Amino acid sequence: MADISLNTAPQSVDSLQSSYMAQVQRRRLYGGLTLLIFVVLMVSGFNIADERNAGGFWEGLHNIGDYPADVLSEAWAKRADLPALIAKYFPALVETINIAAVSTLLGTIGGVLLSLLGTRGLAKWPRLIPLFRRISDIMRAVPEIVIALVLIFVLGGGPVPAMIAIAIHTAGALGKMFSEVAENTDIKPVEGLASTGATWSQRMLLGVLPQVAPNYVSYTLLRFEINIRASAILGFVGAGGIGYELRNAMAWGPGRFDEAGAIFILLFGTIVFFDQVSSRYRNRLTEGQGQ
Amino acid sequence: MTAMDLSDTKLAAEKLFQRKRLIGFGIPAVIALYLVYIFFAFDLPGLAQRANLDNAVTLASDSWSHKVHVTRDNRSGEISYAVEGERKGMYPEGMRPDWVSGDEVLTIDLGGDHIVRYLPDNRTEIEIPGFPMIEVQAEGRSLTSNLPEDLPDWISASDRRIGITTSEGRITLTGARTEVFNYFPGWELFWFTLDSPYHGQGVGTILFGERLDPTRSNIVGAVSDWWNNAMWRHKDVAWAIGETILMAFLGTMGAAIIALPLAFLAAKRFSPIMLIRAATRRLFDFVRGVDALIWTVVLARAFGPGPLTGALAILITDTGTFGKIFSEALENVDQKQIEGVASTGAKPLQRYRFGVIPQVVPVLLAQILYFLESNTRSATIIGAITGGGIGLMLTQAIQTQKDWEEVAYYIVLIVVMVMFMDWFSGWLRGKLIGRKD
Repeated sequence: MADISLNTAPQSVDSLQSSYMAQVQRRRLYGGLTLLIFVVLMVSGFNIADERNAGGFWEGLHNIGDYPADVLSEAWAKRADLPALIAKYFPALVETINIAAVSTLLGTIGGVLLSLLGTRGLAKWPRLIPLFRRISDIMRAVPEIVIALVLIFVLGGGPVPAMIAIAIHTAGALGKMFSEVAENTDIKPVEGLASTGATWSQRMLLGVLPQVAPNYVSYTLLRFEINIRASAILGFVGAGGIGYELRNAMAWGPGRFDEAGAIFILLFGTIVFFDQVSSRYRNRLTEGQGQ
Repeated sequence: MTAMDLSDTKLAAEKLFQRKRLIGFGIPAVIALYLVYIFFAFDLPGLAQRANLDNAVTLASDSWSHKVHVTRDNRSGEISYAVEGERKGMYPEGMRPDWVSGDEVLTIDLGGDHIVRYLPDNRTEIEIPGFPMIEVQAEGRSLTSNLPEDLPDWISASDRRIGITTSEGRITLTGARTEVFNYFPGWELFWFTLDSPYHGQGVGTILFGERLDPTRSNIVGAVSDWWNNAMWRHKDVAWAIGETILMAFLGTMGAAIIALPLAFLAAKRFSPIMLIRAATRRLFDFVRGVDALIWTVVLARAFGPGPLTGALAILITDTGTFGKIFSEALENVDQKQIEGVASTGAKPLQRYRFGVIPQVVPVLLAQILYFLESNTRSATIIGAITGGGIGLMLTQAIQTQKDWEEVAYYIVLIVVMVMFMDWFSGWLRGKLIGRKD
């Protein structure tokens, strides 16, 4: 069978095969070149980073366990104090979570406004869509630490600078994600509401938000997770909360490792807890199983 | 019967309405209550006292202006001129700003008829419109002046120190020295420091004019003087930005490379053994849960501060995130394509290569590129902690609390860098997997 079909159209199959092989070879060449460039970038990047680092990678590699081992062994040796220490640092943890929660709340409100004002078909002032999009781009691009450090200088240390900084970034980031969702909304309810003489805010509140709510809530929960991490990190540069306590505990060095250990446990537990809770609710929301 | 049904339905509908109304009022009420709690927990009423508005004013005005110091050392009588009072911004011998004139009597014209004269024997005369001429004599550690008893609030005076702040500039006098600060808009010496022959030359002169420095051509000299500008440190800034991007790149790509094979172990479809699957997933959860902050702290102990530590911290945290995302993507692959490849007699490895990888690559690439952008921001923050990249330069500039124009410069650069990475990752995604819209 195969012979027959080959005999009937040998040339076309041959030419097909050779052109296919040529194509495959060209693709392999391009793929290989891309891979080569990538490997070169990775290796040279690693070498540059290694060179500019205070300690080298290979010298440091076997020390990697030292610090965790020191902390863990000291925390274990003083394990009787651990519950007391956890209780001592719990208020700081609450502050960190509060920073994340408030900034997520404020950022979500800002993000909803930015997204609705920056989406074609929904915007109150269609001419200003590019303006609101640029605003949300810029708010998204400014890393939290920049705003936090400047505000710490003006407002003094504490949770407020971190809250404002994270809220601004959250508004920008959510503004973009929300507007991607809002672009796909069904415009009919909005038009229906408009025909009854509803104002812009009524149209948005009653026509758009019910459609996008599951996605918006899901993104907001994801942001909340991210913001808990961010507020812990900002604490480390002076914005209060558990990160600040961690920096102080680390500055004391050996002998106070039990405190660092307690903070590690608190932070790890919190992040894992909120991760699990939020991913559970997000799954329910996106699968439409919300009760 | 229909009436019964109707009343039932009506009851249900009313209950629904009631519940919705409750939610409609309840959620905003809970949020409002929470915000009230936060209002007190974060001590917002006390914020007004803690806030330092002078700092805000300094920050706002210094970020777009610079000042030139004219300093007289009252012991040696020596006069020096320096931009921002820094050694690096010092005017070379024999050069001085053109608003200073005279030799025996040095006249400093601050503009707007505000004139300061440095007289011999450490005497100073200050002319301010609408105020009698101020005369100050410095002797040893103390000052004698003709200032009246009750002073306007822009003058502070004691017998050790006198400070005068006007709209045109600031004057401080102590026994040891007399200083005048004259403010100008703009970032001074951004291109060339005063010791460079190219300072104050136009673009045309540098490009087409005669050689300003006989030993090298204008363009080479200008570029090298700009690059090595001691005041703005363009070279260090460029390296720092490079380091930050490098941290993000190495971290993201390294994490993706490590996470991909592990994700196969965590995906139900490819890893039949429950124990391995669960172990891999717990590993992902663990490295993600420890968080970049703790990884940075731990790794900084082993590797010391620098970009490599930051890159590794990003790498480890993101391995967990990528592992989770990748394994979810792998669970959702279409079985048909794998079966199709298997029907041609492909071995397992070939089945993965041609049946699975083409399906998941777009999802994976989109995630990796998205994280590349987001990690550029993380790298800025991690750099501030572990000591590398532009984040460190920014923290240092803010902590010294005087070079606000440098802070403004770094902020602009960081925002531009992040926006560039955002654009670049979007562009690359478009090239590799096609545009979404």
